[in-house]
Amino acid sequence: MKSFGFAAGVAATFTLLSTASAFAVTQISWWHAMTGANAEVVDKISKDFNASQSDYELVPVFKGTYPETLNAGIAAYRAGQAPDIIQVFDVGTGVMMAAEGAIKPAADVLTSAGMTFDKSQYLPGIVGYYSKPDGTMLSFPYNSSSPILYYNKDIFQKAGLDVGSPPKTWNEVWEDAKKIKASGAAACGYTSTWLTWIHLENFAAWNDVPWATQQNGLAGGDVELKINAPIFVNHFQALADLAKDGTFKYGGRTSEAKQIFLAGECGIMTESSGGLGDIVKSGMNYGIGQLPYDSDAKGAPQNTTPGGASLWVFADKSDEEYKGVAAFFAYLSKTDVQEYLHQKSGYLPVTLAAYEATNKSGFYDKNVGRETPILQMTGKAPTDNSKGVRLPNLPQVRDIQNEEFEKMLAGQQTAQQALDNAVTRGNAAIKEALGN
Amino acid sequence: MTPRVVFPNKVLPYLLVAPQLAITLVFFYWPAGQAFYQSMLRQDPFGLRTRFVWFANFRKVLADPAYLNSIKVTVVFSLATAIVAMCVALLLAVMAEKVVRGKGLYRTLLIWPYAVAPAIAGMLWLFLFNPSIGSLAYMLRSFGIAWDPLLNGTHAMILLVSAAAWKQISYNFLFFVAGLQAVPKTLIEAAAMDGAGETKRFWTIVFPLLAPTTFFLLVVNTVYALFDTFGIVHAVTGGGPGKATETLVYKVYNDGFVNLILGDSAAQSVILMIIVISLTAIQFRYVERKVHYG
Repeated sequence: MKSFGFAAGVAATFTLLSTASAFAVTQISWWHAMTGANAEVVDKISKDFNASQSDYELVPVFKGTYPETLNAGIAAYRAGQAPDIIQVFDVGTGVMMAAEGAIKPAADVLTSAGMTFDKSQYLPGIVGYYSKPDGTMLSFPYNSSSPILYYNKDIFQKAGLDVGSPPKTWNEVWEDAKKIKASGAAACGYTSTWLTWIHLENFAAWNDVPWATQQNGLAGGDVELKINAPIFVNHFQALADLAKDGTFKYGGRTSEAKQIFLAGECGIMTESSGGLGDIVKSGMNYGIGQLPYDSDAKGAPQNTTPGGASLWVFADKSDEEYKGVAAFFAYLSKTDVQEYLHQKSGYLPVTLAAYEATNKSGFYDKNVGRETPILQMTGKAPTDNSKGVRLPNLPQVRDIQNEEFEKMLAGQQTAQQALDNAVTRGNAAIKEALGN
Repeated sequence: MTPRVVFPNKVLPYLLVAPQLAITLVFFYWPAGQAFYQSMLRQDPFGLRTRFVWFANFRKVLADPAYLNSIKVTVVFSLATAIVAMCVALLLAVMAEKVVRGKGLYRTLLIWPYAVAPAIAGMLWLFLFNPSIGSLAYMLRSFGIAWDPLLNGTHAMILLVSAAAWKQISYNFLFFVAGLQAVPKTLIEAAAMDGAGETKRFWTIVFPLLAPTTFFLLVVNTVYALFDTFGIVHAVTGGGPGKATETLVYKVYNDGFVNLILGDSAAQSVILMIIVISLTAIQFRYVERKVHYG
């Protein structure tokens, strides 16, 4: 009994101590999915934020991959243990938006903490993507990326191609890829990561054609996929034809193709701008080009849509916590913080001021190509086709598209059949998800 | 008949069983009940809107061609894995018995892979057979085989079965070695004196006497292939290409945790639960009778 009394005493002391410290600072929990160099950025930003003021303590917690982090957040919400801030990837945006009672819009968090939120300070393409149709910003953009073209200069040289001019249109990509393959400069000409994100969602935006009805789902309501239009069919049939003799090589559903490119197997690759770090690290003699566009498309190139992730705030937290979150978002918007984030991680800056500051510092002159994803996203004012795509079940719809692509690339079906199936199955899945 | 043990105390036995019962209730009946309840709900991921739909989720799942495909994939995968794992293990066990020197070393080495976690086993095989960097894939290509598990469903399935079976061979090996040691040497020697060759002796004496072990392993291997291979599928193919390697367990995960359709996922796990219960019942009730327990 004596030892029990002692243990109880210790426990009581600890409880007292922890409440005492809770009076002093409010803890803000932030669940994220960043690894490697990007995780270091998260830790540094958190540490600097905590050092910059004494009312709040930001506690970043790594929760695994993007889907794992989202699942952890959902499970925690259901158990009444949600964190204050959660990082959700682009694909999960629709899931979060559909959960209106579970989240508090980022714009509300800022204004209710007495801060003014000036939208014009932020890159319009990015903020637009994370806003409701009425313009309310729902989540705070943290890391945004855009697909670009990478090419291996050594392979280009061997194939007798102009090292200084990467292909601009898809037809040029196909031609260059064939030359690379035929000349024996590399085993394959072209590969791509994320077929769904690059060749459907961004392909549609960049060529200014609809990916789905209702502004690609941004306007809400009954959404129907439009990805079996002739321009998509032609594009994918070209890919399927090139896959037959290995001129195009499939790597996998996400970023696996990067390994093929890094191994020097393929001469050209389309990949996220966020993948730059690995390519720089490999020491390859690489070049960067804009995402290619379809020369048959009238308005091309239009603008690309953001990938990456944003920060969501859960509902039902205390006012103190919301004030802390708002303070953190304000800190995150500061030019020097954004500059650091952009230059260190390779993701896009969220504010215009940070972009201009980076430009002035001569960063883009020293790091050629680092500006390309920003120019792509901000070059033109977005149209109804290029603000991004949004579905309550985008992960599922992407899975369906990937399955049909794999069957097509294995030679089991044509591009027309693959895209028709993707539309039929995708529409059924969307209807099902909206019926919840 | 085994003698019955009688406890004079009426309360003590229940008390002794209570911890076990509590664990079963908390870790089996409670989640199973939850899954059953969830399988009759339609709910958004956050649980904000919930509708009770009775058996609509089951109707939907069973009418889904993707689910029927998943059943087919699971049958092929489980049978292939169990057969490959057991045949190879039996062969290795018989061979290891013949080794005179260093028997212990061989056995230890053959048991080793069992200690490898499923996901790691999957990654190992993935590297070996990776079309770009894998050494075994390179060999296959030099034989003129267009090895491409990324797009060819059959290749992906072969890769998966290899990884799953490889991990289970050690376990089977252990049991077969033990089983072989229980076979009376006198029987084999008598048969040898009667002029029966090695093959004949194996099939007429050793193999039938191994039947209890084989039956036991058949059950264990099937259950393993059905339920313990999630890590391997997740690491090696993720269910692709297309849906060529999406097993039932993987589909439960995919629908529940990736696609966030909780009702469908719960309905599928209830169906899986029914499959396990009936499989076990059938196997122990009918198949066991035909096995000769020596």
